[in-house]
Amino acid sequence: MKTTKLKKQVVLKGGTILDPINETLKKGDVLIENGRMKSIGKVTPSKSADVIDCSGLIVTHGFCDIHVHFREPGREDKETLDSGSMAALAGGFTRVCVMPNTDPPLDSPESIRYTIDRGEECPIHIHPIGAITKSQDGKELTEMGAMLSEGAVAFSDDGLPVTDTGMMRNALEYSTMFDVPIINHAEDLCLKKDGVMHEGRISTQLGLPASPGITESNMVHRDLELTELTGARLHVPHVSSAKSTDYIRQMKKSNNKITAEVTPHHLFFTDDDLITYNTDLKVAPPIRTQADQKALIKGVKDGTFDCIATDHAPHTIEEKEGTFDLAPFGMIGLESCFGAVNRALVKENKLNIIRLIQMLAVNPRRIMGFETDLFTNGNSAELTIFDPNKKWTFKKSDIYSRSHNSPFIGEALIGRIRATIVKGHITVLV
Amino acid sequence: MLQQKHLLGLEGYPAEDIQTIIDTAFTFREVLDRPIKKVPSLQGKTIVNLFFENSTRTRISFELAQKRLSADTVNFSASTSSLKKGETFKDTAQNIEAMKIDAVVMRHPTPGAPLHLTQHINSIVINAGDGTHEHPTQAILDMTSLHEKFGYLKGLKVGIIGDISHSRVALSNIHGLKTMGAEITLCGPSTLIPPFAEDLGVSVNYNVDEVIEWADALNVLRIQRERMEGGLLPSVREYRNLFGITTERLSMHKKEIVIMHPGPMNRGVEIDSLVADSDQAIILDQVLNGVASRMAILYLLLGGKQEQENS
Repeated sequence: MKTTKLKKQVVLKGGTILDPINETLKKGDVLIENGRMKSIGKVTPSKSADVIDCSGLIVTHGFCDIHVHFREPGREDKETLDSGSMAALAGGFTRVCVMPNTDPPLDSPESIRYTIDRGEECPIHIHPIGAITKSQDGKELTEMGAMLSEGAVAFSDDGLPVTDTGMMRNALEYSTMFDVPIINHAEDLCLKKDGVMHEGRISTQLGLPASPGITESNMVHRDLELTELTGARLHVPHVSSAKSTDYIRQMKKSNNKITAEVTPHHLFFTDDDLITYNTDLKVAPPIRTQADQKALIKGVKDGTFDCIATDHAPHTIEEKEGTFDLAPFGMIGLESCFGAVNRALVKENKLNIIRLIQMLAVNPRRIMGFETDLFTNGNSAELTIFDPNKKWTFKKSDIYSRSHNSPFIGEALIGRIRATIVKGHITVLV
Repeated sequence: MLQQKHLLGLEGYPAEDIQTIIDTAFTFREVLDRPIKKVPSLQGKTIVNLFFENSTRTRISFELAQKRLSADTVNFSASTSSLKKGETFKDTAQNIEAMKIDAVVMRHPTPGAPLHLTQHINSIVINAGDGTHEHPTQAILDMTSLHEKFGYLKGLKVGIIGDISHSRVALSNIHGLKTMGAEITLCGPSTLIPPFAEDLGVSVNYNVDEVIEWADALNVLRIQRERMEGGLLPSVREYRNLFGITTERLSMHKKEIVIMHPGPMNRGVEIDSLVADSDQAIILDQVLNGVASRMAILYLLLGGKQEQENS
């Protein structure tokens, strides 16, 4: 992977331009001048222009992941904003929202400012999500107003649920003054107990403590009801169960303030894959059954889910090499995202590729209130170039994160990122 | 002589290999009746007993089996808390293997730990119980005992009574007995039966009297007092009333039924003293068959045949 500054004039030549806003897919060139979008269509490059051959490739909006953990500050051994940015670029992502469960957590205007300042030094756009409660302990609300002024884009105690229903109501009610999304990691901890995977045939066979799907859907249902009560904006992260999907689908019919995301790993794996006790598949909420997976895919197709988010969660080798009960929850996912969802959704379930790009680029930006029409002339270029049909095996050497906890290693993926353009630079993958 | 290098669990374990182990166990039973109870089969082999969890009977049973086969043994006990603090599981395993050993017998509180161990070392791994997952040598000694008593396993009706959810003995027995063609009914409080138990190919019946009426043998499991604190059981009295294997209960059924228990027993809780000490109980035969079965497993896994030629 190599990152270079964009020349004064750059022409992306002979590719297929996928416009997810106007829902078109047609051959053409893209002219970028001084890092900004200049024109799209037939471009005759000047002599000094840098011409990049994009034949056989798709050129589209840069992807945006609204759910990543970059571990800075506190666990820079797992990931930093810089190393996380490299992982994002490798995955075609030009923009991410980082979750606040760092050490200390992003629960104050000062910590939000720190992340904004550090993010400016990074090669991608980084937006902090602030904590809902101070120290993420579910007891006192954070200074949401001041944190938004410093650049927070949403609020979440992700990693942990807001267990207290009264506190969740307060958070949603308070957030209505600012009209920002509240993101709650839905798992009923009283029901989850020491569960480390989905409760089913496989957990019974493995003898592992497990939690059923309603551990999630119970709380999702509560949050949906509270959203209706308060009129707040709710974004439901990493939905894993069929029942949660049904509740969200139902409630979205009458409430346009609800959005939801699904992860590549919940779409790609099932609990059968845990049969070898692979700790890289230990994640919260857990990978569930084939029936749940089918329901998630259906939810993608009928629009119940607005976007794909990776929940990129780096952990050290030492932690993941331990026994299954002690290994932390989470897996990385930025680098493998496109090849995994393109295979699972477009190739195996006939989702239109334009829909997939809307879920990776347009809808996440819309949820967070970012500019969505990236092809508008004059906008700073944020583009992703990929080969939609490339079959490849994901390897450890494809990882740019500081951590390697990926269950996708060794998996056959379809579709590969070739280049990512953002902040006046182009990153080319070999 | 066995198809798999390790003995990690009985899920998917070949029937012919289970039969080979049982047959070999019977030949070792004869050795245990001799005045000199020792054979040179595993002379020169080194086995480490790696116990990350307290155990008395399983560890002694393994150690006796190893000594009767003339293997060199080393015992290692570690509390998991010290592992949590410092050395990783991988380091512990690799350090022990670096000392040139042939096999590891491991007990560990985490399901999957023995499989994990095979990914880090080359020695033969024998699972002596991994958390709530499997305890294959216990199931093999249970099957050896049933085979000794009945002369067959195919079609045998076995009731497993008690805390199934937290029992590695139950899970290994289910897999082993199913493979050998026996029928199994699980019986216990619904909070202690895994929700997906029937997917394992067994029946579930909450009425212990019906199970007694149906079964040829009962495997009675230990009920731990922690289950009351965890909100899974109201009281010992309630458990005894509903599921206790008592003299009164057995006397209502006009049939002979074989009683097994993997130990340690809570006399007066899951089983009455009089039942445990009665002629229908084969609990002490299980203990003796435990040594013989473990001798058979060690002998078959550690290439005893080659050693026999040398001796």
